[in-house]
Amino acid sequence: MRITCPYCGTRNLDEFTYRGDATVKRPESIEETARDAWVDYVYLRDNPAGPHKELWHHSAGCHAWLEVTRDTTTHEITAVDRAAKVR
Amino acid sequence: MRYSIASLFANALTGNRNWKPVWREPDPKPSYDVVIVGGGGHGLATAHYLAKEHGITNVAVIEKSYLGSGNVGRNTTIVRSNYLLPGNEPFYEWSMKLWEGLEKDINYNAMVSQRGVLNVFHSDGQRDAFVRRGNAMRFHGADAELLDKEQVRALVPFVDFENARFPIKGGLYQPRGGTVRHDAVVWGYARSADQHGVDIIQNCAATGFRIENGRIVGVETEKGFIGAKKVALSVAGSSSRVAAMAGMRLPIEAHVLQAFVTEGIKPLLDTVITFGAGHFYCSQSDKGGLVFGGDIDGYNTYAQRGNLPVVEDVAEGGMALIPAIGRLRILRSWGGLLDMSMDGSPIIDQTHIDGLYFNGGWCYGGFKATPAAGWCFAHLIATGQSHPFASAYRFDRFASGRVIDEKGMGAQPNLH
Repeated sequence: MRITCPYCGTRNLDEFTYRGDATVKRPESIEETARDAWVDYVYLRDNPAGPHKELWHHSAGCHAWLEVTRDTTTHEITAVDRAAKVR
Repeated sequence: MRYSIASLFANALTGNRNWKPVWREPDPKPSYDVVIVGGGGHGLATAHYLAKEHGITNVAVIEKSYLGSGNVGRNTTIVRSNYLLPGNEPFYEWSMKLWEGLEKDINYNAMVSQRGVLNVFHSDGQRDAFVRRGNAMRFHGADAELLDKEQVRALVPFVDFENARFPIKGGLYQPRGGTVRHDAVVWGYARSADQHGVDIIQNCAATGFRIENGRIVGVETEKGFIGAKKVALSVAGSSSRVAAMAGMRLPIEAHVLQAFVTEGIKPLLDTVITFGAGHFYCSQSDKGGLVFGGDIDGYNTYAQRGNLPVVEDVAEGGMALIPAIGRLRILRSWGGLLDMSMDGSPIIDQTHIDGLYFNGGWCYGGFKATPAAGWCFAHLIATGQSHPFASAYRFDRFASGRVIDEKGMGAQPNLH
């Protein structure tokens, strides 16, 4: 698997660090009423078999956070973008 | 047929033509008391203990492919109970005890080999951490011995004691740990469950669940609808996919763990050994190949194959521990799917749907847990109560903060 960093080009997998599902949303509120939303955000995942939007850090490269769309059944990467731009 | 020395002789004298198939291949009945989804080690062990310990025999085990096609045939066959935390150690020690009595219990040779598990350490700090772990094990009735360098040398004289960066200073040794022939575990549990009347239905994937008024009433399968008073999911690796059919989201990511085996060589390694400075573990199979593995690849995947950076990392760990391994050729490598849970520990619990039970989240340690997972899951299904040894393995531990995080890494599955 290689990832095409928007800044550095196509680079080997071992330059990147995986963070996980990019679609989970951090709750706005820190009140007790948002407890369930926080449990969801921290612990629960869709974990799909198929296209998956996920965060990768180019930790041994330019240090950009990337949002990668990758098929978890084939490892085919269909999109890479700067996470800050997408989010 | 009960296997014995007499049955062996009798069949040998008749040319081994009269052995019977080890389990039946029945069509599913319209309904059962319990349907277990997943015919892996855990599902079949659950069926065995449901029948034998609880007298519940109107049970079907449905399996998407053939028995032993999943993780139970893909692991590195190591069994041990060298955990630290109170939520884990009693469970894994019970599993160790069940392994010790397994062959008698199921009348099947599972080649349980208590050849020992040796974790080497490389520094004073790591020794102290291992002392703490060893003491925790002994508090819970497991065996653990702290070995100095010379004692390690007596066990494995060929490891690299003088490695400049990671010299070996000693090890934590669990003599009762070892390996078990993984396929035989499947076949033995399947045979025992079948003899107790459990229907094992292969090539029969679950395609949906029928839920009425918050209660499970059966499973939709490739072979039609099967009614059930209780349904038990035991599909680690695919837990999220299967649970999604019941509308559940789990604290789990699917990951891949690779394993490797070399060409066969004469007896070299008669224990299980792990490297302390990286992640590498190795044993020698009865065919002579060195079987080894290391870290998970670390990203979500259902592909049952990994990538090259981990192959390189595992090879480096192997070379640092056993330099002679560099002279061997790797025959095969493969990958298995893991339920990586958010705290690195498993779940054996009821779900929010009445009659639907869940066993999963086994990370990369499900094989050693097979007997105790089956034992505790059967207890839960039969009684509705968590077994004391699995009472910490609940869904609500994430919301309540009572996570069981052996490595202290937080909610990041690829760090466990």
